[in-house]
Amino acid sequence: MMADSGPKEVAVIGNTDLTSAELDNNIKNTMVEIEKGTSLLRKMEISVAEAEKRTGKNTVNMQELYTVYLIETRPVDALTEGITPDSLWRRYSEFELLRNYLLVTYPFVVVAPLPEKRAEIVWHKLSADNMDPDFVERRRVGLENFLHRVASHPVLCNDNIFYIFLTEQDKDWKEMVYETGFQAKADSRLKAVNAAFRVKNPDGRFTELKHYSDELQTVLSQLLRVRARVADRLYGVYKVHGNYGRIFSEWSAIEKEMGDGLQSAGHHMDAYAASVDDILEEEEHYADQLKEYLFYTDALRAVCRKHELTQFELEMVALDLTCKKQQKEELVTGTVRTFSLKGMTSKLFGQETAEQREAKLQVLEQQLKEGEEAVKEKNTESDEFVKTAWVDIERFKDQKDRDLKEALISYAVMQISMCKKGIQVWTNAKECFNKM
Amino acid sequence: MSRTIDAVVSPTQTNTIPADISGQMLDLDEDDDLEVFSKDSTLAEGSMFNASMQTSPGSMVNQCKFEEDEEGDSKDIFITVDNPESHVTAIETFITYRVLTKTTRSEFDNSEYEVRRRYQDFLWLKGKLEEAHSTLIVHPLPEKFVVKGMVERFNGDFIETRRKALHKFLNRIADHPILSCSEDFKVFLSAQAWELTTYKKQGPGFLSRMGETVRAVANSVRGVKNRPEEFNAIQEYVEDFSNKISSLDKVTQRIVKEQKEYLEELKEYGPTYTLWSGSEEELAEQLKGVAGCIERCCKETEEQVGHLSDTLVPVLHEYVLCAETLKAVLRRRDNIQAEFEAKNEALATKKVDRDTESSDLGFVWGSLLGKNPEEARHQRQERLDGEIEELKEEIDKLEDRVEWANNALKGDWGRWQRSMRGDLKSAFLSTAEKNVDYYEKCLAVWETFLLSQRTEPSEETDRDNTP
Repeated sequence: MMADSGPKEVAVIGNTDLTSAELDNNIKNTMVEIEKGTSLLRKMEISVAEAEKRTGKNTVNMQELYTVYLIETRPVDALTEGITPDSLWRRYSEFELLRNYLLVTYPFVVVAPLPEKRAEIVWHKLSADNMDPDFVERRRVGLENFLHRVASHPVLCNDNIFYIFLTEQDKDWKEMVYETGFQAKADSRLKAVNAAFRVKNPDGRFTELKHYSDELQTVLSQLLRVRARVADRLYGVYKVHGNYGRIFSEWSAIEKEMGDGLQSAGHHMDAYAASVDDILEEEEHYADQLKEYLFYTDALRAVCRKHELTQFELEMVALDLTCKKQQKEELVTGTVRTFSLKGMTSKLFGQETAEQREAKLQVLEQQLKEGEEAVKEKNTESDEFVKTAWVDIERFKDQKDRDLKEALISYAVMQISMCKKGIQVWTNAKECFNKM
Repeated sequence: MSRTIDAVVSPTQTNTIPADISGQMLDLDEDDDLEVFSKDSTLAEGSMFNASMQTSPGSMVNQCKFEEDEEGDSKDIFITVDNPESHVTAIETFITYRVLTKTTRSEFDNSEYEVRRRYQDFLWLKGKLEEAHSTLIVHPLPEKFVVKGMVERFNGDFIETRRKALHKFLNRIADHPILSCSEDFKVFLSAQAWELTTYKKQGPGFLSRMGETVRAVANSVRGVKNRPEEFNAIQEYVEDFSNKISSLDKVTQRIVKEQKEYLEELKEYGPTYTLWSGSEEELAEQLKGVAGCIERCCKETEEQVGHLSDTLVPVLHEYVLCAETLKAVLRRRDNIQAEFEAKNEALATKKVDRDTESSDLGFVWGSLLGKNPEEARHQRQERLDGEIEELKEEIDKLEDRVEWANNALKGDWGRWQRSMRGDLKSAFLSTAEKNVDYYEKCLAVWETFLLSQRTEPSEETDRDNTP
């Protein structure tokens, strides 16, 4: 997939449809952006260090219990190691606000998802309670991950709102966000659905991407559900072995020769039963990695929707222009090709005067000019969008392949560790049984 | 006609096994699927007049070796139970098993026998052995039927399980120094079907057996008064052992159940990775790899569960039945002692009777009828003396019987404990070994996968060169 000319590049650009000139240009642009982008994470250490429970009054003036997260930032500098980081507290809803702002402001970016608001795909041991400490901890990790994703994104990391979110305990941060007017820029859902239905020529790649994200969502949901059930069952198997521990111990009390062997075997059975907790805790991390990409599919679909909308608007504007051109032609040639009320009334009530026609023509000319401008504008807009969006999508694809590959490897490592533990326990138990 | 009295024993009391570790998954009380045992717990005792019983302990010791070398190198009889076949008659359908015997023992006319036996025949044999040696420990038979879910008597698994248990039953008897010398055992192994039927019809009639049973019930109601301490100890042990082994049985069955359910879920898990690989390009190979690993682990899991079901579950179950056998043996021993104690009491009463000059009704009658009071009293004395002498003789015999029963039990007790230890040790060992093997195989599967992943990145780094 390599271009013949141009330097070999990080797999950010995957679009082989561009000419080599455009490729060069793209490379220069993205290289600059990468420089700018990675600089934020290079310059700053960001972490979500803690979580705390607070009470306060909510918007309807009722007392509520919520969790806040401590965001710490510190410049990455060998000389400044040991300096206490700047920190501020943010709650989940503020993260949501930030993300919504980013979604609207950079619609061509596949914006990283937030961790679950509520624990949904869980196995029985994990409580679905938002206040449960395990859940809160996993959410803390998820939020940190989100911030890292944004901070390492070549475009998003430069956003000022984001920077202030991280660094200034400004009570009016929310105000600032609202003042950007991003809410007005947001496309209505209805508009988007309408466009999705009526668009005629969307870029095939986006259609494909939409299908892919639907497929990925389905398959990951299923995978996570089945994994949770498997974890449940595994838990059951291990824990029942704990009964062996107790019974062996009791039994050893009434046996003479067998007593020692039974007693120690019992301890190993207890160890076996207990070992499943760590095993499944580790697996939760793997599940979280998959969940992130499950939630990413929403972001992918959002970008596709934006494209469809942009394309649709372009098509509408182009259609309008065509209409106007046709009207002009009819007016000029005097032929009425299309049925119109005007045409009928003029037939009934007589033709217009020359001045009236002239006036109409002038209006039309003006409209045509505006229309052409609009089409040009929309075209550029659409092209820009497709270009920038596709760059980010390629970036996302590579990130996804890398991350998931790593996740699968770490899953295999987990399985290996589990097997090794099993071997050890049962080998020990075997020794004990031998002594019976 | 079956002479056994089938006592449907209520299920062994389930001690509540608290969910001490997790809190949720260990409620074994919900395991209400307890089996209905049809046990051959006869209350009949070794009748002194049973033709097949050896006459005295002494002669028995002479005939067969007692305890010392019963190990494999002196094994001179080999029995296999196999080849189940179903037979259909007008009245019923039943299964027979082939019993093949190879032996060098002198009491057998041939060195090889092949006969077919049905479950009823095994039951008969067990009953005869217990009748003749009421305080010896006879290895249990598999149950008559199991009311749990798989109700069909002709289900393949059920037949196989039963076959194995019957095989073990006969071999245990063959290993037993005393029981293997039993005439009934010999007939069981060697007689043709019609011969066996004829043979079964011999022996004490129904009524005399009923009488024995009634006596036994009466004695057990009376209870034993001075049980020797060592038997008290054995009794206590048996109680505890029974509880423990029942619990182990339940736990193991629960493990099998959980493992099977885990397997079911695992079978669905692998395919989701395959499904996913269909949507991916870069990741497809890797995802298929993971799916393959999970599939292979499924196979290993299936094997492991099978091993558990075949090896540990039946042994634990056998010993649950053993515990019941032990309880019955102890009861029978108690009854023998009770009978002896009863007779002793009767003797004491009679002596008192004789020694007291009582003006009883008989004396009055006698005088009414014109008998000489002196003579009447004399007659009475003589009668009582006679009765006392009879009683003394009976008591002597009973005393012998008690001693014989106690010794038999003591001897067999040690033997039983040893084979229990051996059986359970090897079953648990085998299970542990299988589990190690299971984990080792799964480990190999995932390590192979990991290896294949680690070599691939070398291809990727060519593409990923940063300028």
